[in-house]
Amino acid sequence: MQIVETINIAKDSLFVNKIRSALTMIGIIIGVGAVILLVSIGEGARREIYKELGELGSNILIVVPGKTSKEGGMHMGTSVVRKITYEEARFVEKRAKNIIHAVPVIVGTSWIKYKGKSRDTYIVGVTEPYFDIRNLKIEVGRGINASDVDSRQKVCVLGRTVKKEVIGDANPLGAVVSIGDAKYRVIGIMAPKGMALGFDIDDVVFIPTTSAMELFDTDRLFNITVKVRNAELIDEAKKEIKGVLIRRHANKEDFTILSQDEMIAVMGKILNIMTAVLAGIAAISLVVGGIGIMNIMLVSVKERTKEIGIRKAVGAKNRDILLQFLVESVILSVIGGLGGIVFGITLSVGLHYFFDFLPTHITWWSVVIAFLFSGMIGVFFGVYPARKAALYDPIVALRYE
Amino acid sequence: MVILDDIRKSYILPGRVVEVLKGISLEIKKGEFLSIMGPSGSGKSTLLNLIGCLDRPTSGKYLLDGIDINTLSDNDLAEIRNKKIGFVFQNFNLIPRLSAVKNIVLPLLYSGIPSEERNKRAFELLQKVSLSHRANHLPSELSGGEQQRVSIARALINNPSLILADEPTGNLDSKTGHEIMDIFKSIHKEGASIIMVTHEKSISEHAERIITIKDGVCFSGCY
Repeated sequence: MQIVETINIAKDSLFVNKIRSALTMIGIIIGVGAVILLVSIGEGARREIYKELGELGSNILIVVPGKTSKEGGMHMGTSVVRKITYEEARFVEKRAKNIIHAVPVIVGTSWIKYKGKSRDTYIVGVTEPYFDIRNLKIEVGRGINASDVDSRQKVCVLGRTVKKEVIGDANPLGAVVSIGDAKYRVIGIMAPKGMALGFDIDDVVFIPTTSAMELFDTDRLFNITVKVRNAELIDEAKKEIKGVLIRRHANKEDFTILSQDEMIAVMGKILNIMTAVLAGIAAISLVVGGIGIMNIMLVSVKERTKEIGIRKAVGAKNRDILLQFLVESVILSVIGGLGGIVFGITLSVGLHYFFDFLPTHITWWSVVIAFLFSGMIGVFFGVYPARKAALYDPIVALRYE
Repeated sequence: MVILDDIRKSYILPGRVVEVLKGISLEIKKGEFLSIMGPSGSGKSTLLNLIGCLDRPTSGKYLLDGIDINTLSDNDLAEIRNKKIGFVFQNFNLIPRLSAVKNIVLPLLYSGIPSEERNKRAFELLQKVSLSHRANHLPSELSGGEQQRVSIARALINNPSLILADEPTGNLDSKTGHEIMDIFKSIHKEGASIIMVTHEKSISEHAERIITIKDGVCFSGCY
């Protein structure tokens, strides 16, 4: 029998049981939709993070204290780790030829107060080149310069959020704020940068690294942020920095040099795992949908026992019957799959529309895989009922009431 | 065209073997109109199923148009049922969700006949059984006699050489039953071979030859 006829027969019988067919399809629609939606959330998050990391400057190396394994990603700030100091950062900048700048960075939290208003915020100690390296723009006033650092000036540059919360609409330049026990003069305001990696980059106060050392009473750097001359020199620069630091650290490599790319790679890996887990969970619902198809097909085969007998009596081969029921289950799953694609894409787009902090990105491969998987489920869960139908004894089937 | 030689058929039931046909030998010539009579349980329907290639004998030889049925696969049997045999059943056995015309063309779906040809033949047959005006009705919308006429049309659509009817008038009143028999007789006149199982004497008398089966053996008329 031609496949067109088989499809027509299947279509007819599915149409007779409209509600049943629709309900069965819903299982697949939800499954496919969920795969597409969840993968789009994972992928959206991945792209967002790549974009944000990209905006935070390129050709950057970060030197952190402590030896972390290459893949580990996180630096655990344990106290036994030998610190990296301000002098070492200066030394690296002087000695390493493949780098443009090495910025000693100190990070801490403190209260900032101005005329009765206060805010607990991040205080970041940096030197002049940091703003360029990290693509941070000064909107009003100026950034921290070399002489501020050298003479431990009590000056600060405020992030947008801090400025709004603490100073409000007043003219910020020249205002004197308290950070910790000291008075700082505001010299600049950052251009808004927004959120990155769930962290409000505008909720921060920059001061000279040397002042931060005094404020937090430490010479332990959070990291050295290094700008390499160009992308090709990153490996070269890493070797150089390592060589310089290792001599200062009694030939022990108790620090880690991470490149932006490595951090992105680690993030990407974590997010890929997350996406795979989400897709896997969604796939379970697809399998449940498949079981629904099998269930309905078994009922349908049983109900149509007599029809199977009649068809066999007039010349249907086992293969014709098998194909008829298999095509039915595949049609259910494929239409369900198409519905699921529409459903998933709608949800994904809708989700981003209504919750714009949730980035979603629909990938064509998730659509293709979800659809193929739904088709496979139709075949897999359709074979057993269809085989059962095909193997009915025509005489027994004809007698069935 | 049908040669049966010492056909036996047993069914294995839990704990025992039931022998339904105990050695039937019979020859049916092309164009013959034969009726098989016998009390219920005598094995006449089983015999008809064997002749119709819906089932295989436990032992014995069955030649249909010179082909030894025992040597054929299930697929071959399906093809024989499709091309050479037309069935008419007591309870009509129409597919309830298909219209009359869709039921009639059913055998042609399995022999690869294109749809215009299928519909052309179906409407010719509908005319023949005087049901042209009912072509698109569902079986449930037809009377018993009309349903049986649809199933006769279905049996005829692939120009089979052998029509098998199992109690074709069993579910019909006697007037309708005789109308159906008139159709059978006119088909027979056109050259078809017909084998009909019945237990009604008045119906069986429409046939040229009557054989009687009792307890799985041929009582009379077998040669």
